[in-house]
Amino acid sequence: MADIDKDNVVDQEEVLHPKMVTVEIAGKKHQVPEGITMLKALWYTGQEVIRGVGCLGGFCGACATYYRTKDDPKVKTCLACQTSVHDGMSFSMMPPFPARKATYDLAVLTDPKQDLFNLYPEAPLCRNCNACTEACPQKIDVREGVWRAVFGDFKAVSEMFMDCVMCGMCAPVCIADIAPSLVAVYASRAQGVHFTEKPSRLAHRIKEIEDGRFADEWNRVLAMNEQELTKACAELK
Amino acid sequence: MDIHKLQEIVHKTRDARRKQTMPKLSTAERDELIKKYHPDFRENAYRPIKFGPNEGEKTVRELAALLEGDSPVPADLDLTPTHTCDVLVVGGGGAGCAAALHAHAQGASVLFATKLRLGDSNTVMAQGGIQISVAAEDSPVTHFLDTLKGGHMKNDHALLKVMVEEGPSVAQWLLDLGVLFDRDADGNLHVKKGGGSSKPRLLTCSDYTGLEIMRVLKDEVLNRKIRMLEFSAAVELLSDGQGRCTGAVLQDLDNKRFIVVAAKTVILATGGIGRLHIQGFPTSNHYGATGDGLTMAYRMGAKLMHIDTFQYHPSGAVYPEQLAGALVTEGIRSEGGHLVNAKGERFVNELDTRDVVSSSIIRECKEGRGIRTMAGRVGVWLDTPLLDAEQGPGTIEKHFPAMVMQYDRFGVDISKDPVLIYPTLHYQNGGVQIDTQGESGVKGLFVAGEASGGLHGRNRLMGNSLLDLMVYGKRSGLTAAARSKAEPQGKLTLDHLKRFREVARKHGASASVVSPMLFPAYAKKD
Ligand SMILES: Cc1cc2nc3c(=O)[nH]c(=O)nc-3n(C[C@H](O)[C@H](O)[C@H](O)COP(=O)(O)OP(=O)(O)OC[C@H]3O[C@@H](n4cnc5c(N)ncnc54)[C@H](O)[C@@H]3O)c2cc1C
Ligand code: SF4
Ligand code: SF4
Ligand code: FES
Repeated sequence: MADIDKDNVVDQEEVLHPKMVTVEIAGKKHQVPEGITMLKALWYTGQEVIRGVGCLGGFCGACATYYRTKDDPKVKTCLACQTSVHDGMSFSMMPPFPARKATYDLAVLTDPKQDLFNLYPEAPLCRNCNACTEACPQKIDVREGVWRAVFGDFKAVSEMFMDCVMCGMCAPVCIADIAPSLVAVYASRAQGVHFTEKPSRLAHRIKEIEDGRFADEWNRVLAMNEQELTKACAELK
Repeated sequence: MDIHKLQEIVHKTRDARRKQTMPKLSTAERDELIKKYHPDFRENAYRPIKFGPNEGEKTVRELAALLEGDSPVPADLDLTPTHTCDVLVVGGGGAGCAAALHAHAQGASVLFATKLRLGDSNTVMAQGGIQISVAAEDSPVTHFLDTLKGGHMKNDHALLKVMVEEGPSVAQWLLDLGVLFDRDADGNLHVKKGGGSSKPRLLTCSDYTGLEIMRVLKDEVLNRKIRMLEFSAAVELLSDGQGRCTGAVLQDLDNKRFIVVAAKTVILATGGIGRLHIQGFPTSNHYGATGDGLTMAYRMGAKLMHIDTFQYHPSGAVYPEQLAGALVTEGIRSEGGHLVNAKGERFVNELDTRDVVSSSIIRECKEGRGIRTMAGRVGVWLDTPLLDAEQGPGTIEKHFPAMVMQYDRFGVDISKDPVLIYPTLHYQNGGVQIDTQGESGVKGLFVAGEASGGLHGRNRLMGNSLLDLMVYGKRSGLTAAARSKAEPQGKLTLDHLKRFREVARKHGASASVVSPMLFPAYAKKD
């Protein structure tokens, strides 16, 4: 990659002053380069990771991890593929947590806001401890979401939990055995299925296709030879 | 130099750039640019495949080695099945979920196996949206032509026509499952304009379209109590000895044991190849994107298509290093974000197709107008603050929460600072050749989603992949279910593998490469 002007080089602290730091991974101390992600730190120490890695992009929640920074007693949560390591950090991946998921057929539910209490009877027993909100690496106000679901404001739930990566970190901390993200998926889907307007233009388009409204245009286009097609494509604006 | 100092030129030139319009290139100019700079045209990255259904055709070295690779399964494996089913679906991304749900709805007994957890996939990361022609000024025919143009006219017309025509009913299916697409004030589906498309056609769920679809499909798969095997990777297919696919061998990743599955039909929905790091590129793909479906189908005798072309998404993150390769959504450019070189100039119409935009970024960097990082990467600026400048403060935060969070974790505020980007290995344009029912050249073997090929030609248009998954996931699921009712379970043999091994030996293939690869070898060995 040729001559990039020397002035056009971004300083990177970790390259300017490369440094090895000590971190504790699942109770064992290791030396790893400062600033790499926790997942890369695991690889750096020679560990194959299968449980605990998925998208590597911060979307799937597979890499849910507990960590603590040097001398701070507070244990925090994060996504290991999106968090860098610093000296004195301790971290462990979260084991799969056996939360109960209710099963349902949304299409046949007649009163989804009431049905919530049959499917997740623990939901209204929230004791407001706020542990779930503190545990959420996506910074969702989880506690508030649980209450909104209980009070039937499914629209708010669906908006609040759009960022939810289903990492499940809000479940193990709940003293009322609620799995908030599962309650939220139910409420969001119910919002979509039962309480959201049916888009009329979409229905119209489906009907147009069924009625063969585009048949002539198809015939014209599909009869074109390569040259004519190229021309038709070039004319698209 | 300090990154903020380098960014000054982007801030300084912003107002002047806002007045500028970048022309789209003519077909001849596009072709020339791509030939000169696109990684698909780097001769020495390619070699002919030595044997098998695509013998003599060229593909990248990384993939050729795997296609010619040996199976981990011993010839004398005991083939007494552990599981029996009508339809075995392999791969828990969007295509796999759609296939499993549709097959199950037809009353077929479905076994659903996946390498990681259900949903850990490329699908979950899709941010840009799904293309479906719902706007009044749009039509399936225009969608067809746009896609053809993007694919350099090499798309399979029949596959493509089916996809664009079934798009609207797929949108309906997703709505009926509770997917919350963005809406206009009048309740209609909101459509955005995507790169390479002549009409606004992208349906979105803020910048979490893939996550929202995946959350819903995953929940539905669990609700339907479909038999699931997680952390179970397919490593070989089974045949009846006469060229029909009759099942697969999986490997339980917790104890490494083989699991034999007798299936009347098999649907491979194993996704793409980003983690092969073709030509040393970083990638936007998930951990399991190692082309497993291609190698298994190839050994079984299925022909592959367009496997010499890959999509390098124009905007992969370059800085901070922790994000290297991660996708910076195209939405930023769709909403008007500029690409800016080290001199503060725009150099391409940001909404041109991905191959054109990527090639032009590579050109800028090759010719010295890029910005280098000390970690050895190079890139150009994507002017994210421009969006707030154009559409008012808070625009970025409102429309791109996922991207804001992604950078915020590393202390970068994208509404104030432009970001550095360079093409990242993103998508496998080709794959296993299929017909309009999703069936490969091997009877009983279906392929859906990114693992299949033909539909997208030589360059996939943004937003068309999610639609592909839903349409061909559905079609393969329905056809496989119907087939399973009509036909008995065939014999289970590894005859195709024995034949493949003989041919491989004749060609002197090295038995040291074992495929499928399953995961990239990132763990440090020494
Ligand atoms: C970051 C990113 C953003 C994107 N944005 C968009 C977008 O906005 N719009 C759009 O249309 N497209 C987008 N794409 C492309 C699109 O998301 C993918 O092409 C599509 O999701 C692929 O779906 P799939 O079901 O075929 O594969 P995947 O979703 O990748 O799923 C494949 C599954 O198969 C599993 N698997 C793999 N090998 C095996 C094996 N041997 N045995 C068992 N299981 C196996 C994997 O673990 C995975 O779960 C994006 C892609 C990426 C990476
Ligand atoms: S709401 Fe729960 S599952 Fe969702 S991201 Fe937050 S902690 Fe994870
Ligand atoms: S952790 Fe449980 S009890 Fe506490 S606020 Fe959250 S849902 Fe309520
Ligand atoms: S691996 Fe998917 S969020 Fe980290």
